[in-house]
Amino acid sequence: MNELLRTILFLPRQASTIAEEIDKLHYFVIIMTMGGALLVTLIGGYFLFRYRRTAVQKDPSRRMPGTTPAIWLEVVVVIGLFGMFLVWWVIGFRQFMDIRVPPENALEIYVTGKQWMWKFAYPEGANSIATLYVPAGRPVKLILTSRDVIHSFFVPDFRLKEDVVPGRLTTLWFEAKEPGRHDILCTEYCGVSHSTMRGEVIALAPDEYERWLQGKSPAPAIAGPVDLRPSPVTEYAPAELVNMVRQGERAAAEHGCLRCHTLDGTPHLGPTWAGLYGTTVPLENGGSVKVDEAYITESMMDPLVRIHVGYQRIMPSYLGQIRPAETSAIIELMKSLRDVRPKPGASAPWGTVTVPETREGGQ
Amino acid sequence: MSQATIDAETRPDPLGVGADHPDYLRADSGLRSWLLTKDHKRIAIMFYVGVILFLGLGGIFALVLRTELLTPEQTFIDANTYNQMFTLHGITMVWLFMIPAIPTVFGNFVLPIMLGAKDLAFPRINLASFYVYVLSAIILLGAMVAGGADTGWTFYVPYSTTSPTAVTWMGIGIFVNGISSIMTSVNFIVTTHTMRAKGLSWHRMPLFVWASYATSIIILFATPVLGMSLVLLALDHAFGLSLFNPRYGGDPVLFQHLFWFYSHPAVYIMILPSFGVISEVVCSFSHNQPASYRAIAYSSLGIAFIGFFTWGHHMFVAGLSEFDAGVFGALSMFVAIFSAIKVFTWVATLRGGSISFATPMLYFLWFLFLFVFGGMTGVAVATQSLDVHWHDTYFVVAHFHFIMVGGTLTAFLAAAHYWFPKMFGRLYDERVGLLTSVAVFIGFVFTFLPQFLLGNGGMPRRYFTYPARYQWLNVLSTGGAWLLGAGLILALGNLVIALKWGKRAGPNPWGSRSFEWITASPPSKHNFEETPEIERSAYEYTLSEEVARERAKAR
Amino acid sequence: MSAQRLVEQFESLEKQDHAARLAMWMFLGSETLLFGALFAAYAYYRGMYPSEFVQALHHNSVALGTTNTVVLITSSFTVALGVHFVREGRARLTAGLFALSTLFGAVFLVVKGIEYSHHIHENALPAGMYAFAERPPAGVVLGFTLYWFMTALHGLHVIAGMIMLAVVGLLCWKGRYGVHRNVAVENVGLYWHLVDVVWIFLWPLFYLTD
Repeated sequence: MNELLRTILFLPRQASTIAEEIDKLHYFVIIMTMGGALLVTLIGGYFLFRYRRTAVQKDPSRRMPGTTPAIWLEVVVVIGLFGMFLVWWVIGFRQFMDIRVPPENALEIYVTGKQWMWKFAYPEGANSIATLYVPAGRPVKLILTSRDVIHSFFVPDFRLKEDVVPGRLTTLWFEAKEPGRHDILCTEYCGVSHSTMRGEVIALAPDEYERWLQGKSPAPAIAGPVDLRPSPVTEYAPAELVNMVRQGERAAAEHGCLRCHTLDGTPHLGPTWAGLYGTTVPLENGGSVKVDEAYITESMMDPLVRIHVGYQRIMPSYLGQIRPAETSAIIELMKSLRDVRPKPGASAPWGTVTVPETREGGQ
Repeated sequence: MSQATIDAETRPDPLGVGADHPDYLRADSGLRSWLLTKDHKRIAIMFYVGVILFLGLGGIFALVLRTELLTPEQTFIDANTYNQMFTLHGITMVWLFMIPAIPTVFGNFVLPIMLGAKDLAFPRINLASFYVYVLSAIILLGAMVAGGADTGWTFYVPYSTTSPTAVTWMGIGIFVNGISSIMTSVNFIVTTHTMRAKGLSWHRMPLFVWASYATSIIILFATPVLGMSLVLLALDHAFGLSLFNPRYGGDPVLFQHLFWFYSHPAVYIMILPSFGVISEVVCSFSHNQPASYRAIAYSSLGIAFIGFFTWGHHMFVAGLSEFDAGVFGALSMFVAIFSAIKVFTWVATLRGGSISFATPMLYFLWFLFLFVFGGMTGVAVATQSLDVHWHDTYFVVAHFHFIMVGGTLTAFLAAAHYWFPKMFGRLYDERVGLLTSVAVFIGFVFTFLPQFLLGNGGMPRRYFTYPARYQWLNVLSTGGAWLLGAGLILALGNLVIALKWGKRAGPNPWGSRSFEWITASPPSKHNFEETPEIERSAYEYTLSEEVARERAKAR
Repeated sequence: MSAQRLVEQFESLEKQDHAARLAMWMFLGSETLLFGALFAAYAYYRGMYPSEFVQALHHNSVALGTTNTVVLITSSFTVALGVHFVREGRARLTAGLFALSTLFGAVFLVVKGIEYSHHIHENALPAGMYAFAERPPAGVVLGFTLYWFMTALHGLHVIAGMIMLAVVGLLCWKGRYGVHRNVAVENVGLYWHLVDVVWIFLWPLFYLTD
């Protein structure tokens, strides 16, 4: 039944764990829609025929000018219809929450869209253009941003899509059911070559993925439909396999981050990065915030919005000066430091202030 | 010969009120008498010519698009031209055809007559509205020649601010177009409030007036927001104002909020007038009063109101919070309920009627199917998890074309046939009318039904080239588009031929009870020489015509 | 006189005047939404950049802003008096009051101009004007941009209002309006009040909340 309807409705393969569930709602909704439209039209057509002028003139008893329909019927139909819409809404909203909230253990990959290509960066240091390698059977969380205009990351086989907005981070997660290849399409109009901004997700068996990640096995051959378009750069190019944490250190040094922030817990002008990621820190204007990707990015792009208590308002904005890949690398660097304890002798990992309970909140 | 009172038992004047005066087409002559006219009917005719021209232009753009999509790779135009074409198709169709079409042509023509008035409240503003429309069209056409635009009609930043095309002038042209819409809608609202004939209470008005009134309210409150966003966009494109530019901390998503705050209600600006047309057509041809007058009248206001709070459903995957998405999704379903009430009421109106079948009625039948299907797919795309897949694919394209073309264009054609005798005093050829209507319907279904499947398959909109697996559906769609185009040209040709060679219509060829049919066809310059007193509703069909005639005789 | 001014599509002067007044209200409603879009943008960005906005608003002088508020409120008062007097048939007095109001409008614009020149001097410019100057942080620029754009748009409305006041005032002087014919005077008055009301919203947003 599933296969039949999927074929009739021209839906692509159900390659992610949520695809089949979404398709079931799809069938329900589309059948009701088609049925409703046909039903209304048939009733309308029947009335047109039954109450046609010639028939009414022959049989005047059919004519009932000004009769209002039974009001209860109308109320029942409207309530029934609204009830059905509510069912769609409830199921749709629950599925939407599933789509939007990634599982805790998801593998994170950074995606950058630019006119007109996709770039993928892995925390372990690998990166690729146009082809996203993921392990099958394991949730993957994409952290997306754009270098220029708005794009949209769409994998029809997964039934998933998310806009890729410059100056913002958005996320999308999925779990590929089994090894295979799937189209990536850009669905937000982004300029002259919008329609060629395509790519491919290649889901690998977990061990294959590990080997690929270490640069041992470039582009394994995977069975599956291959789209014979003139492809942009789909080759995997392991020019230099640098761990993202190392990249982050390099970027942090280049951009002068380390002039104010330390990596080992020594107090300095800005909060140290040691043990910072994942904790909850108090803010200057009251309240507190969890140090996650969103807050770190905000602090780089727009540092004065939420200032950590006890630090001066001296950090400049890096908006437009730091590349998205560097942002991601710095975040990875901070993640790698989450378990670093302060050096012996340093007063507190938070620099010059002592912070109450919240300090141990995250880790 | 004028008629002072119109009540349930008055026998209509066989020649129509005002038949002893020269009709509006002949009352004055010369080009000047047209270009400087303050007569709402002549202004309506000028708008008619304008919107038909732009329907043609937008149609040509559409056919170029569809033809290009015959093959997965480049067919006959390059990517730049293609991107220009879909943008210009959208801009032309939305602002130069859909939004003005029914209100400025048929609203202008029949609304004052329906109210028993001699003209709109502000004839000069009405004429100015036409010239502002022409000005906006000139600016937009100028911009099309001088660089065009390749941003899509939605002008999403930051792409639109960096596009090398004439985005600034497009923004200005649309801003000016909005001024024209606002002028017309102020005129309609004020006319409805102050110029109803004596005795014509709100609940006696024809339903078309209610629909126009609700439309005008939306135009009045939504258009300025669009105007402002486009001014900001134009200033950004021209001078780097950068209010939405991430480089200065701006948020591109704010533009989307502002844009859709207008452009979602704009969907109702485009569809509500066609609800009005359909209500008139159904009642007139089934010779029956609406199954529930109030349901139709008030649901228009309901749509106008709720329509302002659903814009977020265009942004489910743009980073809207889950909570907001849920609220916008639920509100969108409310709007559908109001539309459903209307559909049920139309169908129920047929029951117990005495239905004469003519071209407008056939268009009503198409409307019923296309609008219900299009509307319910609208609820489908408001279902969040499904929208994630469908967003910005051909499914959405098919959905809104079902509403805009299947709904509004079909209603526009119904209105063009229905009021043709009133506007020009002649009858079009009924058989040709029915045939072209069938051609339009089949062409439409072949154009847009495959696009639902394309969307299911995942083909994104605004794609110049596409994966080869989508080709056969695209070929079907292109074939349908050519048939649709041919059907439209034939339907228009049928009406144009009837202008000169059609049979004389008489004041009321359809046997309608609505007030515009009391006047002569075509109406005299002042519609009613003496403002009538109206003592019945516009749908007084309970007294059959025979009974009414006998009673009149007995008196 | 009054019979002549009834245009043919209306039955009575009352309806005609009612129509004119209603149309003005509709137009004002539409204008409100025009500014509404900008107020929404202001709220959105102020929520995003609270501290930067404060920093941007430090450039504004509360004294000058408040002066302008007083000037505009006074002008609204003189306009309201003018409308009152034309109803009583003292159209020349109205003409004088409208002239005075136009003058207040001019004073407003001059003060605004002084402020603008201070901002230019202090390099507090809207985005896109920083070609040769050092750019302040992101959110601050947004604050400047909104400030410049909203006050400039309001300024355009002040100019439009002044032109209307001047024309209607002149016609009052020439005796066109009186006890029975004053709906145009009233509508211009309404427009001026809208200009005033918009400023009364702009004033706290840009001067009092830093």
